[in-house]
Amino acid sequence: MLFFLLLPALAFADGPQSMPSIFAPASTPASDIFSLSLFVLAITGGIFLVVAGILTYVIFRFRDKGDAGDKHEPAQVFGSTQIEMAWTVIPVLIVVVLFLTTARMIFAIQDAPKPADAMDVTVVGHQFWWEFRYPKLGIVTANELHVPLSAKGHPEPTYLKLYSADVDHSFWVPQLAGKTDLIPNHPNLTWVEPQQPGLYLGQCAQFCGIEHAKMLLRVYVDTPAQFAAWVKNQEQPAVDDQSPEVVAGRRVFETEACMNCHTIRGTVATGRFGPDLTHLMSRSTIASGAVPNTEVNLREWIKDPDHFKPGSQMPAMQLTNQQLDEVTAYLETLK
Amino acid sequence: MADRTIPIEGTLDLTPPPVDQQTWLETVHEWVTTVDHKKLGLLYMMLSIFFLLVGGVEALAIRIQLAVPNNHFLAPDTYNRLFTMHGTTMVFLVGMPFLFGFTNYIVPLQIGARDMAFPRLNAFSFWMTLFGGLMLYYSFLGGSGLYGVGNAPDVGWWAYAPLTARAFSPGNATDYWALSLIVTGVGTLGGAINTIATVICMRCKGMTLMRMPLFAWLMLVVSGLLLITITPLTAAQIMLSIDRYLGGHFFDTQAGGSAVVWMHFFWIFGHPEVYVLVFPAFGIASEVIPVFSRKAIFGYPAMVAASVGIGFISLGVWAHHMFTVGMTSVSNAFFVLSTMLVGVPTGIKLFNWLATMWGGKIRFKVPMLFCTAFLFQFLIAGLTGIMLSIAPWDWQLHNSYFVVAHFHYMLVGAIVFNIFSGIYYWYPKATGRMMSETLGKWHFWLFLIGFHMTFDLMHVVGVDGMPRSIYTYEADRGWAHLNMIISIGGFIQAIAVLIFAYNLFWSYYRGREAGSDPWDAWTLEWSTSSPPPVYNFAVPPEVKSRRPLWDIKHPEDPDWKYE
Repeated sequence: MLFFLLLPALAFADGPQSMPSIFAPASTPASDIFSLSLFVLAITGGIFLVVAGILTYVIFRFRDKGDAGDKHEPAQVFGSTQIEMAWTVIPVLIVVVLFLTTARMIFAIQDAPKPADAMDVTVVGHQFWWEFRYPKLGIVTANELHVPLSAKGHPEPTYLKLYSADVDHSFWVPQLAGKTDLIPNHPNLTWVEPQQPGLYLGQCAQFCGIEHAKMLLRVYVDTPAQFAAWVKNQEQPAVDDQSPEVVAGRRVFETEACMNCHTIRGTVATGRFGPDLTHLMSRSTIASGAVPNTEVNLREWIKDPDHFKPGSQMPAMQLTNQQLDEVTAYLETLK
Repeated sequence: MADRTIPIEGTLDLTPPPVDQQTWLETVHEWVTTVDHKKLGLLYMMLSIFFLLVGGVEALAIRIQLAVPNNHFLAPDTYNRLFTMHGTTMVFLVGMPFLFGFTNYIVPLQIGARDMAFPRLNAFSFWMTLFGGLMLYYSFLGGSGLYGVGNAPDVGWWAYAPLTARAFSPGNATDYWALSLIVTGVGTLGGAINTIATVICMRCKGMTLMRMPLFAWLMLVVSGLLLITITPLTAAQIMLSIDRYLGGHFFDTQAGGSAVVWMHFFWIFGHPEVYVLVFPAFGIASEVIPVFSRKAIFGYPAMVAASVGIGFISLGVWAHHMFTVGMTSVSNAFFVLSTMLVGVPTGIKLFNWLATMWGGKIRFKVPMLFCTAFLFQFLIAGLTGIMLSIAPWDWQLHNSYFVVAHFHYMLVGAIVFNIFSGIYYWYPKATGRMMSETLGKWHFWLFLIGFHMTFDLMHVVGVDGMPRSIYTYEADRGWAHLNMIISIGGFIQAIAVLIFAYNLFWSYYRGREAGSDPWDAWTLEWSTSSPPPVYNFAVPPEVKSRRPLWDIKHPEDPDWKYE
């Protein structure tokens, strides 16, 4: 029964989809795991059919028919060494097969040699958002990861070093790779080698506190042209707009507590507790994917972060309406 | 069945008990001060059933919240508290007390003893468990001081460091959690020591270990496991309390402590704990299946060996809960192998139960219905366990709803089903009345339907990428329809449990008189009256085989000729 129920999950969609099914892989570790899982499903499905078949047969064949005259007990059988041996040895053989297959894949994925030209990203988990740093490119961003597409013949895997700034988190984008935990004092490594461009959804998979559910992840797999354009934009310092409202907004940002936690490169704001906002407008969501990055949402988020994400670490700064308009206008310029 | 002489002549003192009109205060006093294993067994059972209802209500609140995306039925912090309390309650205040309830009531009767080895320790263990539970629930009032309700612990029942550090969990909620588990742990250790001493020392004449009922065998193995595994849990709770109040740094990552060490401590308790919880279910199956199939258990020595084998192997598999924390590939491979190996003795047990049914005349009374469903669900839970043991696949499935589905298949589909089976089976012994078969069948079928609606579909949403422990989810993920059905299934199970609770009361007053041996069974507990007298057996019984009552009922073909 269970195995038929798994079938609808087998939506063999190509490329990214809004349902992040582990059975719709679009990147190398995920697709290897997918084929291994089909092999295991076949074996366990076979065991299920045999044993559940016997159980069903026994239930119908050997039920007490309730013949009133028949008071005899059935023949008492106490056991059989040969049969016990059979159903010990056969499972052991199955275990040997499964173990060898599994061990091979563990070593293939976990100990994969890292190519010299692989993209490096440092991921830092925070309550309740993601920090992404590209050490070779000098880029810092948050919540929306961009990685290059890995073309056939020219593999370009991305290696992710995983750290945590506070508690345990877990990096999970089902269509790209299995999850790996971000644990303080315990750096981890994982990698992806995506074969299809697009947006892949995921989220934190280790309970990390009150807003664990809204620690969402978006990974853009970019074609070479898209990735180059994105990198070029991210490498710029923040846009310096001199219109009066924006200047006023920037003053609010730098005199209220905002800059204690946020960095905007090219300005005096160098806080590291919250996401880097240098290119905030290049991201399509705010609050770690909780809501779309629109002007209305952004203003509401600054006014009262608990409205979208109760328990978020960002405090409501009690800004006046005018201050809110100004700081929103400022942030809206950070393309 | 030719010549039944149950109760066995001479085992009972047939002088009618004095008619005593107790006031309710005297009754309460008698129950509070009792050291009788049967009364304590019933107290444990009542404790479990009470907390089963409490934990069930928590589960229903969780399911209402998750029925639709972006729901606001529960606030995020409330949701986190409820799933923490649900898990802690079901493991420590439902599963373990059920274990000791059955052990207390049944094991001394099965081995022909008059009580447990240490009756006062027995009472002490029960009250420690109860007080631990009350302390845990008092955290709703006192967790962060008396500022309002809703202050229960919110760190998950696994309570991973460093989320439990004072920096991330201020207030006292986490302390209530740690301390109450230490307290219930003391009760559990007392119960385990008592069970071991009872089984080793108190068996009646002729009952060698290899003639002991499998239920008693399994409880012996469970108690051994508990002695080993409660210790690291208690140690971890003490270390956590030292971290929180005495400036320790065991798990304080900001001062160089290790979050991973907590996981090791927790899971070296936590995984054998799963077997601790499932062994009573195995024990019940090993009693119910032979009696209702009308056959001796198939492969008794293999069953004993498999039980002990599972006990040993289960101590070496804990890190399969940690495939995603970044262990080396060799460690991962080791725990893959050890985890898969548990499947071998587990398979042996399943096959032996099937072989017991094979060729029998199976009577599908309510206990056997639950047991049959247990076999089916236990098979599936075992197979999804094999899937989770495949470390690379586990990197995908870990902490997803697939895992939630898997362990609920084990905890509900296997354990709770067989707890129901055991209650329907032994209720006549404890009360002298049969439980209603009609209500029992309603209970069974509704619970079965609800169970499969809920937990089958959880596998699917897990594969669809839904992680556990989230208080809400986005509408565009495509998880909404399945979650709605899952929640409806939860309510169907709740209705079934209410029918069961009603049946417990109804049958106590209106149930058919049971007599001493209503199921025509073979173990010693059925040789005495229902309910048994305080002293159980007026004359200590003497056995010659594994099925002493079979020998009496079939003098022409006794078991001891073959064993």
